[in-house]
Amino acid sequence: MGITSLLVLFLSGLGFAALAIGLNKILSYSRPNPIKAEPYECGVQTHGTTWVQFNVGYYLFSLVFLIFDVEIVFMYPWAVVFKQVGLVALIEIIFFIAILFFGLLYAYKKKALTWM
Amino acid sequence: MIHWIGQKLNDIFGPLWAPYVGYILVGLVIITLVVVMAVISIYLERKIAAFMQMRLGPMRVGKWGTLQAFADVFKLMLKESLTPAQADKQLFHIAPYLVLTVSFLAFAPIAFSPTLQLWDMNIGVLYITSISSVGVIGILMAGWSSNNKYSLLGAMRSGAQIVSYELSAGIAILTIVMMSGSLSVSGIIQSQADGWWIFKGHIPAIIAFVIFAIASTAELNRAPFDLAEAEQELTAGFHTEYSGMQFAMFFLAEYTNMFIVSMLGTTLFLGGWMPLHIANWETFNHLMDKIPPFLWFFGKVFISLFMIIWFRWTFPRLRIDQLLKLEWKYLLPIGMVNLVIGAIVTWLGWIF
Repeated sequence: MGITSLLVLFLSGLGFAALAIGLNKILSYSRPNPIKAEPYECGVQTHGTTWVQFNVGYYLFSLVFLIFDVEIVFMYPWAVVFKQVGLVALIEIIFFIAILFFGLLYAYKKKALTWM
Repeated sequence: MIHWIGQKLNDIFGPLWAPYVGYILVGLVIITLVVVMAVISIYLERKIAAFMQMRLGPMRVGKWGTLQAFADVFKLMLKESLTPAQADKQLFHIAPYLVLTVSFLAFAPIAFSPTLQLWDMNIGVLYITSISSVGVIGILMAGWSSNNKYSLLGAMRSGAQIVSYELSAGIAILTIVMMSGSLSVSGIIQSQADGWWIFKGHIPAIIAFVIFAIASTAELNRAPFDLAEAEQELTAGFHTEYSGMQFAMFFLAEYTNMFIVSMLGTTLFLGGWMPLHIANWETFNHLMDKIPPFLWFFGKVFISLFMIIWFRWTFPRLRIDQLLKLEWKYLLPIGMVNLVIGAIVTWLGWIF
């Protein structure tokens, strides 16, 4: 079907969600009140705002991820032609992964991979 | 059969409108497939969970509770969908659409049988991995816009988790791509005509399969990696504030992602729609060929689904530091070394 299949899938996903949520809007009855519109935090009134500065631990992991994910994207073309290229590709990937491995070891030593 | 349907459409609607009617039909088929599989697997999950805990599970609605999933959908349909007053309303309403649409898009390159495939693109596997990682944006959107501390924490956890485990899943996929020398889904399946990769790839393929199973379960946010919605700590995680059909969309997207992962795993490791063949067992092989490829594919997919459900009721949930330690200090280095060993095995020609 070619590239139109993406359009078909996109529209069918969107349409299905719109249909279901729209039907929900029509069928359910709505009786809003201020208590219902509060954020649900187990019945206790919320204290302070939610959008505050956040633990840096999560961002550290996403930074390390970014580096490694780019490396893995580099490896996809290598993987496809590996059988045709043979020994040269094998030696190169050993070097490549060794460098990556040292990168991981460096992050490990710097305690970037330790939670908190 | 597809050809025949095309002919019929041409006869009825004429050559101008037939393609469009065909597209609508394809969309409806995909929606039906997703919904039917979701209903079946919700029922299966509840029953398997019940039997593993020596309960009966749903029994009241329909014979042996078979209509329970429909009753749940009906209930969700009638529920009022609430929006918190302080929420970021636009993002809050877009998030369910985004999550579901992205999980639908991943169906494009999947081959259900030799002829049933929407688009046999030459980068199919890369496409699935990249499109399925967009889903995390929807989860972060939902968690952040809810203006609820549980939601935000759940979304952050799930972001860190999905992003981390994507690396291991990527390396496991790379191992198979390297062995088969192709990125297209049909090419990878064709390369398994004489044996599935899990059998003929020796130990590297088996290790890659185990890594893929762990990493994809983590990417799905399912137990034992369901920190994002750990009920005891975060009520329901990133979808705490959603109710009614908006919640159901997240639920459906989670199940759709489960099918996508099972289908990808089946394609890469278990031979896609290829039947099981054992060398020199002529009668057995002949018998296996009689089963249609469609059934082979879905049989394998449901076995993978059963495995994912099985994980959920067997392992206790991990803590966030244990989760990240498992990925960065164990799975990722093992995956890298495994890739090199796999490369050496492939170069020596040890794969049959």
